[in-house]
Amino acid sequence: MELKKNNDGGWSPYIAGGLSGLVIIVSVLWTGKFFGASTSFVRSVGMLERFLAPERVAQLEYYIRYLPKVDWQLMFVIGIFLGSLVSALLSGSFKWQGVPDMWAARFGTNPALRGVVAFVGGVVAMYGARLADGCPSGHGLSGMIQLAVSGLIAMIFFFIGGIVMTRLVYFGGNRK
Amino acid sequence: MNAEMIYGLITGMLFGFFLQKARVVRYDKQIGALRFQDMTIVKFMMSAIIVGMVGIHFFDIFGLVQLLYKPVVLGENIVGGLLFGLGWGLLGYCPGTQGGALGEGRWDALWGILGMITGAGLYAETYPLLMKKILGVGNYGYLTIPQLIGINRWLVIVVFIAGVLAMFRWFENKGL
Repeated sequence: MELKKNNDGGWSPYIAGGLSGLVIIVSVLWTGKFFGASTSFVRSVGMLERFLAPERVAQLEYYIRYLPKVDWQLMFVIGIFLGSLVSALLSGSFKWQGVPDMWAARFGTNPALRGVVAFVGGVVAMYGARLADGCPSGHGLSGMIQLAVSGLIAMIFFFIGGIVMTRLVYFGGNRK
Repeated sequence: MNAEMIYGLITGMLFGFFLQKARVVRYDKQIGALRFQDMTIVKFMMSAIIVGMVGIHFFDIFGLVQLLYKPVVLGENIVGGLLFGLGWGLLGYCPGTQGGALGEGRWDALWGILGMITGAGLYAETYPLLMKKILGVGNYGYLTIPQLIGINRWLVIVVFIAGVLAMFRWFENKGL
């Protein structure tokens, strides 16, 4: 198998992925924490809503199940932002960009159109992730690592949904 | 900040660093995989999974790790998985990795983050209704792949890794 470096100065995904696998092992050994991300959005919105409607938050069952608080996972998600920022700045690959290249090639460079679609996508994706009880971190990485049937099923349907939607979005569209 | 939160932050920073190094947090890479044009994210994810899988199950032999996976609830895993995938196809970012996309300057991820916070709030609001109607449909409880097919887990792991390596080889041959 060829493990060449990417032409843009990045690391091989096999190596960076494998190192991430080691981080998962150490995390589970040390703190008992498997990777996950989507629960953090529930806790975050609960914390935001507490400012606006504290009675409502106290009353909703889902916020009782997932208390609005900063925990390991929310810090983990914030850490991903910081780690990526550090890596991007150190390697000079930081790029301020509001419309991805592939999107721009198909739909133009209007950041408002991209913003609306990204927002709607975010709403639908998170609703689905909560219904499925996990995202590609929780079900994909953590579930698959533990050979969980739920992780395998969710992963398969994440990709089916994603493939169907990109077929629709890029129907007859650009080929790189 | 307690120790658990600091561990979360450090773990996230390491993961975010590797994600950015492998260039997998970008829209073009995520959607590139869903369009079968660039399999970088699948290489990263599967590398992390096979390394994590061997390590976690190895340490589990000695009781050093606590497995923590999610139950199979077919209705939720399938419908939620599909919904997540459809949203993912629009957004092009994942709940865990979009913070990383923002970290390398892809600020359209902010719309996705706002959308996901909204989606999580929407889920909390509709949770009581979902509980009555669809949650729990097809509940098979905590199930692993080795339990499902009734064979030793190491056999499953060996076959899984062989399959992943064959897939990597195929990706490289096809230049994906």
